[in-house]
Amino acid sequence: MSRTPARLAAALGLLVCWPVWAADLTVSAAASLTNAFKEIAPLFEAQNPDTKVQLNFGASGALLQQIAKGAPADVFASADQESMDQAQAQSLVKPAERRNFVSNSLVVIVPATGAPSPKALADLGQPAYGRIAIGLPASVPVGRYTKGVLEKAGLWTTIEPKMIGAQNVRQALDYVARGEVDAGFVYGTDAAVMADKVKVALTVPTEVPVLYPIAPVASGPNAAAARKFVAFVLTPPAQAVLAKYGFGKP
Amino acid sequence: MDGAWVPLALTLKVAGWATFLNLLLGVGTGFLLARKRFFGRELLDAVLTLPMVMPPTVLGYYLLVLIGRRGPLGEWLQSTFGISLIFTWQGAVIASTIVAFPLVFKAARAAFESVDPQLEQAARVLGLGEAAVFLRVTLPLAWRGIMAGLLLAFARATGEFGATLMVAGSIPGKTQTLSIAVYEAVQAGQDDLANFLVLVTSVTCIAVLLTAGRLAPGRVAGQA
Repeated sequence: MSRTPARLAAALGLLVCWPVWAADLTVSAAASLTNAFKEIAPLFEAQNPDTKVQLNFGASGALLQQIAKGAPADVFASADQESMDQAQAQSLVKPAERRNFVSNSLVVIVPATGAPSPKALADLGQPAYGRIAIGLPASVPVGRYTKGVLEKAGLWTTIEPKMIGAQNVRQALDYVARGEVDAGFVYGTDAAVMADKVKVALTVPTEVPVLYPIAPVASGPNAAAARKFVAFVLTPPAQAVLAKYGFGKP
Repeated sequence: MDGAWVPLALTLKVAGWATFLNLLLGVGTGFLLARKRFFGRELLDAVLTLPMVMPPTVLGYYLLVLIGRRGPLGEWLQSTFGISLIFTWQGAVIASTIVAFPLVFKAARAAFESVDPQLEQAARVLGLGEAAVFLRVTLPLAWRGIMAGLLLAFARATGEFGATLMVAGSIPGKTQTLSIAVYEAVQAGQDDLANFLVLVTSVTCIAVLLTAGRLAPGRVAGQA
């Protein structure tokens, strides 16, 4: 009898279990938080040496679906209240521990290299703006904010045919930075990340304030660390990092 | 559930064009590598097979850099013909064509190599020109293997996701193919729509694979 299969199985088991140990904390955060959270995670780890933070970024709607389908996330940070409200409605997060931790602004950006720049929102109706990157309203908060603003201004029907749907806000940013689209709607903080490639043409007041909520995931495997992380993003060191990237106070 | 028919029609259109282009490109290069001996032949074969093993997102990125508005080829197309391929269904065709190309090329090369050269020789002796030998002897004998490769390519193009999303984006009715529609339905939590789209995609792919299997028993998957 060969013992190879048993050894293989053992090795495989190790391989599968290796990256996950009890002290892992998985944080699912909105794409616009990418740079700030990458800097906040080591600060949190320095305070909690027994915890290793795993960051997972994406559109808030996509992250919500992952959690709803049983992804082992411990913390959910979304870019709008609606995603968190949906999570709460499905009992995926702990409502008592939900906090708003930053605010943001909605901006219209254009490629930095000599592209036409709109003076007002209505200018986006002009032929010079043939392609406009907008997050998909069904799953991307920045798209929902944008759609709300454009509907209120009576411009949605004009602009929707020009819309290039982005899977998350950073994809919309990338489309503009590469010059593949003529304009795009992103957050002020995203525009700042690529200040050399994109230019902020307009800051657009939104219907509902752009306010980011964070909450521990109800079924998260590491509840204690999740509670600590949620508390940590509200402390001065974490808020200082967020402020550095242009996020406002909640 | 009419949300599935527009992406389905678009997917079939893109996959159809990709398959047609591969009929020309894949069969041509397959014949060339099967019949001509030249330095670096196997290296060229490996390079042409790359799209089969490379991550589609990598191909998508290459294409984006090449045919994007600021890419060398994209800029030239824009200034010469006023064509922009990014975010168009033609862009999706290019992405799918490249991804599915090795399936046709490999199958065609194997099929041509399995044609008995004595039959071609006999045709030449009987006074047929090279073109006639190819069209009346070589191609009919290799046709089954090529057809199987083309059907596989069609199925692969039907399921193309990564490169297509990067090059063509996801514009409903314009570039939103089945696989991209599935991705978006799942992200938006529209499970009913996702289930239906998945069913349509699966049925399409199974039908193609069954047809391919019947055409070339035991010689699918382009054995070199």
